[in-house]
Amino acid sequence: MASYLATYGRVHTARPLPGEAALCVEGLTFTYPSSSSPALQDVSLCVQPGEKVALVGPNGAGKSTLIKLVAGLLRPPADTIRVYGHPAGSCHHHIGYVPQRNDVDWRFPVTVRQVVMMGRYTHLGWLKWPRPIDREAVDRALEIMQLTELADKQISELSGGQQQRVMLARALAQDADLLLLDEPLNNLDVPTQEMIFHTLEQLAQQQRTVIVSTHDLGILPIHFSRAVFLDRRVVADGPVSEVLTAETLARAYGVRLCTDHDESGGESDASVAD
Amino acid sequence: MLQWLIEPLTYGFMQRGLLAGLLVGTACAVLGAFVVLRGMAFVGDAIAHTVLPGVVIAFLNGVNLFVGALVAGIVTALGIGWFSKDREIQEDTAIGVMFSGFFALGIALLSQVRSYRDLTHILFGNILGISAADLWIMLAVTLTALLAVVLFYKELLVTSFDPGHAVAIGLSPGLVRYGLLVMLALVIVSGIQAVGVVMVAALLVTPAATASLLTRQLPRIMILGALFSLLATLTGLYASYYGGMPSGPTIVLTLTGMFVLAFLFAPGRGLVWR
Repeated sequence: MASYLATYGRVHTARPLPGEAALCVEGLTFTYPSSSSPALQDVSLCVQPGEKVALVGPNGAGKSTLIKLVAGLLRPPADTIRVYGHPAGSCHHHIGYVPQRNDVDWRFPVTVRQVVMMGRYTHLGWLKWPRPIDREAVDRALEIMQLTELADKQISELSGGQQQRVMLARALAQDADLLLLDEPLNNLDVPTQEMIFHTLEQLAQQQRTVIVSTHDLGILPIHFSRAVFLDRRVVADGPVSEVLTAETLARAYGVRLCTDHDESGGESDASVAD
Repeated sequence: MLQWLIEPLTYGFMQRGLLAGLLVGTACAVLGAFVVLRGMAFVGDAIAHTVLPGVVIAFLNGVNLFVGALVAGIVTALGIGWFSKDREIQEDTAIGVMFSGFFALGIALLSQVRSYRDLTHILFGNILGISAADLWIMLAVTLTALLAVVLFYKELLVTSFDPGHAVAIGLSPGLVRYGLLVMLALVIVSGIQAVGVVMVAALLVTPAATASLLTRQLPRIMILGALFSLLATLTGLYASYYGGMPSGPTIVLTLTGMFVLAFLFAPGRGLVWR
């Protein structure tokens, strides 16, 4: 608890170290206290600044666990995760985290603008009110995600796609260097997905790092240059075309994939089955 | 008619009762908004019941009852968090155990008190017996609660709406929750003099619940809730002056009636419109 008191709002001494990877995970094994088998086993991967990485794998593969460990929601073993050269948890303001839909209380009465302003809290800390610079950052983020007209609406009044745009706007307002998005694409319409990808692409061009977890494999080849296939261990890591082979998919999902020559058609949804 | 309304308020005890209702009602409505929206109604009720042994022990030792109640309330608030910390048992189980255990201890101790009549006020409240010193305590409690909510508004917002984001920026939702529980203990203890241990949760939950049926904006929920409490206090005072009704139950019944009306007829959301 004392460490939390010390980090919230007082984190700006930790700057990204030059030449360091945005994220470096080394030999990470993590077991939940209530579980007997590890959720992640001997996971190692490094992500360079400006990379846009898809974290794929079936449900229960540990994608969310890995993201939560990097974001500081779970406590990783010492010296297994470094963010821009710093130990995980020591540079909160560099990490923008967009949680899974179910982790947020969408019925709580806050306005869109208030939610986006939450991205600025890490730059404020205890007992500080938003400054003009924070309000400008919020206005910019709202504009990028085309939410300006919805800014004063209650978050509960928005559609699912609009709510997801608000969460991304919050990450933009935070001005984070490393963005972690946990299943941000579930059940979104195509225009919203396109808008989110366009924004992520621009972030990558600004040398920001984006890691997106998904079990939806349809969109991957177009939008990511690199995929990490996780199934408790790193099954495959590399260019999307090399990672998403029939073997890795079959191994991960435990089903035979249909090819174009397969006439049965009955299992054509295999690639997205849970 | 005007005479009928004004006459009771010429008495000092009626004026003090009205002021007490205004102060306690405001504090309860403001904190109650968070209690209702975060689903903490059971905690509020538990803290109210667990202050009983504190009050009785204070009474037996000639200590100010308020101090005894406050210590017991804070012990409960921290105890609930401590018992359910590691998720070995569910939070509502921890609350259920502490709540009935403390209340039983309070009743057992109560049987040792000779002047039992004094302590029935603690169980059922006596808003007409409020002294000037009580009012000063209530004023201090209300100002403290309002100040705390204003100063930590953004932390309360983010930990209620998206606790994951709070952790990711280095802000512990547990810390904010403990703070809120301690504030609740403070406010509940001052509300006990108005409506008693058994019914004080109504002051915390019902006005905010009613208001949340009528508006979707947090500040309005707080203001409306405070107004409902004031209205109910007035009703209780008049019912007890003219009808000889006990003030505590009348206040709670009025609040409950307002809730039922809002549940049935709230514009666009009430049962009759659906």
